[in-house]
Amino acid sequence: MTLLDVENLWVQFPTRQGVFDAVRGVSFTLGKERLGIVGESGSGKSMTGRAILRLIRPPGIVRADRIALEGVDLLGMTEKEMRAVRGQRISMVMQDPKFSLNPVMTIGDQLIEAYRLANKSDRKGAKQAALDALASVSIRDGERVMRAYPHEMSGGMGQRIMIAMMLIPGPQILIADEPTSALDVSVQRQVLAIMDDLVTSRGMGLIFISHDLNLVADFCDRVLIMYAGRVVEVCRADRLHEATHPYTRGLLNSLPRLDEPRERLSVLKRDPAWSEAPGVSGRI
Amino acid sequence: MSMLSVEHLNVWFGKGHNRVDAVTDASFDVAPGESFGLVGESGSGKSTILRAITGLVPTWSGRITVDGQDVAKKRHRSFYKTVQMVFQDPYASLHPRHSVDAVLGETLHLHGFRDIDARVVRLLDDVGLGQKFRFRFPHQLSGGQRQRVAIARALAAEPRILLLDEPTSALDVSVQAEILNLLTDLRAEHGLTYVMVSHDLAVVGHVCARLAVMKDSRIVEIMDVDSLRAKRANHPYSQELLRNSVGA
Ligand SMILES: Nc1ncnc2c1ncn2[C@@H]1O[C@H](COP(=O)(O)OP(=O)(O)OP(=O)(O)O)[C@@H](O)[C@H]1O
Ligand SMILES: Nc1ncnc2c1ncn2[C@@H]1O[C@H](COP(=O)(O)OP(=O)(O)OP(=O)(O)O)[C@@H](O)[C@H]1O
Ligand SMILES: [Mg+2]
Ligand SMILES: [Mg+2]
Repeated sequence: MTLLDVENLWVQFPTRQGVFDAVRGVSFTLGKERLGIVGESGSGKSMTGRAILRLIRPPGIVRADRIALEGVDLLGMTEKEMRAVRGQRISMVMQDPKFSLNPVMTIGDQLIEAYRLANKSDRKGAKQAALDALASVSIRDGERVMRAYPHEMSGGMGQRIMIAMMLIPGPQILIADEPTSALDVSVQRQVLAIMDDLVTSRGMGLIFISHDLNLVADFCDRVLIMYAGRVVEVCRADRLHEATHPYTRGLLNSLPRLDEPRERLSVLKRDPAWSEAPGVSGRI
Repeated sequence: MSMLSVEHLNVWFGKGHNRVDAVTDASFDVAPGESFGLVGESGSGKSTILRAITGLVPTWSGRITVDGQDVAKKRHRSFYKTVQMVFQDPYASLHPRHSVDAVLGETLHLHGFRDIDARVVRLLDDVGLGQKFRFRFPHQLSGGQRQRVAIARALAAEPRILLLDEPTSALDVSVQAEILNLLTDLRAEHGLTYVMVSHDLAVVGHVCARLAVMKDSRIVEIMDVDSLRAKRANHPYSQELLRNSVGA
């Protein structure tokens, strides 16, 4: 079952030096699966996620042959229709959690508001739901956190609050941009278990953007590997360590390892041919 | 002699039922040129320790000394020539309306450097960004590119102690490797001392000789990198942390 079908997606920014192509013809489908997107910084991962939700700010331009949610093209929707899609049917956990929370509103009020937008509920019921949502992302002192403001949270707490917030409406698709990059391994496992459960038991589709190759190999079903705005390799996540593209190999080899101490880490030697080669499609 | 010493540090926020004891009775020493890691649970007080050292939280008790000198409650301008911090959140730490050039130029100016132009160029090269990013604004940069600007800004003062809060968690693995190599080079060239917070044990193992494990506002264990590599820990929480680290 295809939830999302993206064909030939481009994101462009006019700059003083000419048009910069941040995403260059990316194609993929998303089913009820965990689709990882990995790639170096600036390769276009976040822009791909944001473009699906039409969240690219002007003067940025989004073009695509198709971005279809269960067969309906999002590019043809009015801004009002898009607002109903965002948050309700497709949620995105942004890479910058504190930026996406309202700095002058308590976390409790924000969670309660999100819950009441999605469910008919009185304030008391919504408060309990908000506390449950915090507990589900392993926040133990929920009462205190509800009264606090975003700047009073640690990095990892901010990330978890965002995840709790995005899951409240029960979206069909979750786009999670570096959702666990600030979490310690134990909390990270718990958060992944929640997302995993939503995919397997509720049939949600998950786009999981991450730098963490080991994590993606462990957690996802399929992986798109992006370089310079293109998908250069697609593979099964459990085969990521056998990937063949020299760029993917380079990324894998640059990881520090506890079992193999090294004086210096190897870094990528970029080859111009990588960005010239045609992109690979992630559609199935 | 230690370069940085923290003794019986307590840090708290708020009052009454909103009071949070973010750090409780934390003590550690870092020798000149040494790299010390802080790892542990999310919310356990790692960032708060770094913020207390740089003077960003007013409510603390205990003793902090830098190069043998007690730090005053109010930090002097000269303090920041010695100690610089790279923040966990690369989004919040850059002014949205200042270009990369302005951020680095102002910082250099503030620290009394003259050859600002040449230094901006070198800093951008050092962190692997190069000239084409010089006149960009934060919203025109990806997450990793912003973090590199933040690292360049901290290096601008040529500090002796660098406090690094998750410096590479927003970076891809290749840029992470570049930054970690850069940190290695800087330590070799300038004898820099690092305190690094990271949730990635392999990163901490690569950079640090010793590390403290934190849980619930306390340091539960201080271990050396050999114990980390051998996954040999004493405290049950550290044992769990080592067990859970995938692929590392
Ligand atoms: N407003 C803009 N103007 C010009 N270029 C931009 C703008 N916004 C983003 N870019 C560029 O688009 C490219 C892709 O950015 P994107 O945020 O998708 O990267 P990313 O793969 O998510 O990287 P990271 O892993 O560092 O978050 C980057 O090179 C970035 O500098
Ligand atoms: N300004 C503040 N006001 C109130 N509480 C705060 C403030 N800053 C931090 N705290 C609280 O202090 C505790 C420790 O936070 P800190 O940011 O040091 O955690 P951390 O170990 O760095 O976690 P992470 O790995 O998630 O970044 C948390 O409970 C947090 O909510
Ligand atoms: Mg990104
Ligand atoms: Mg922190």
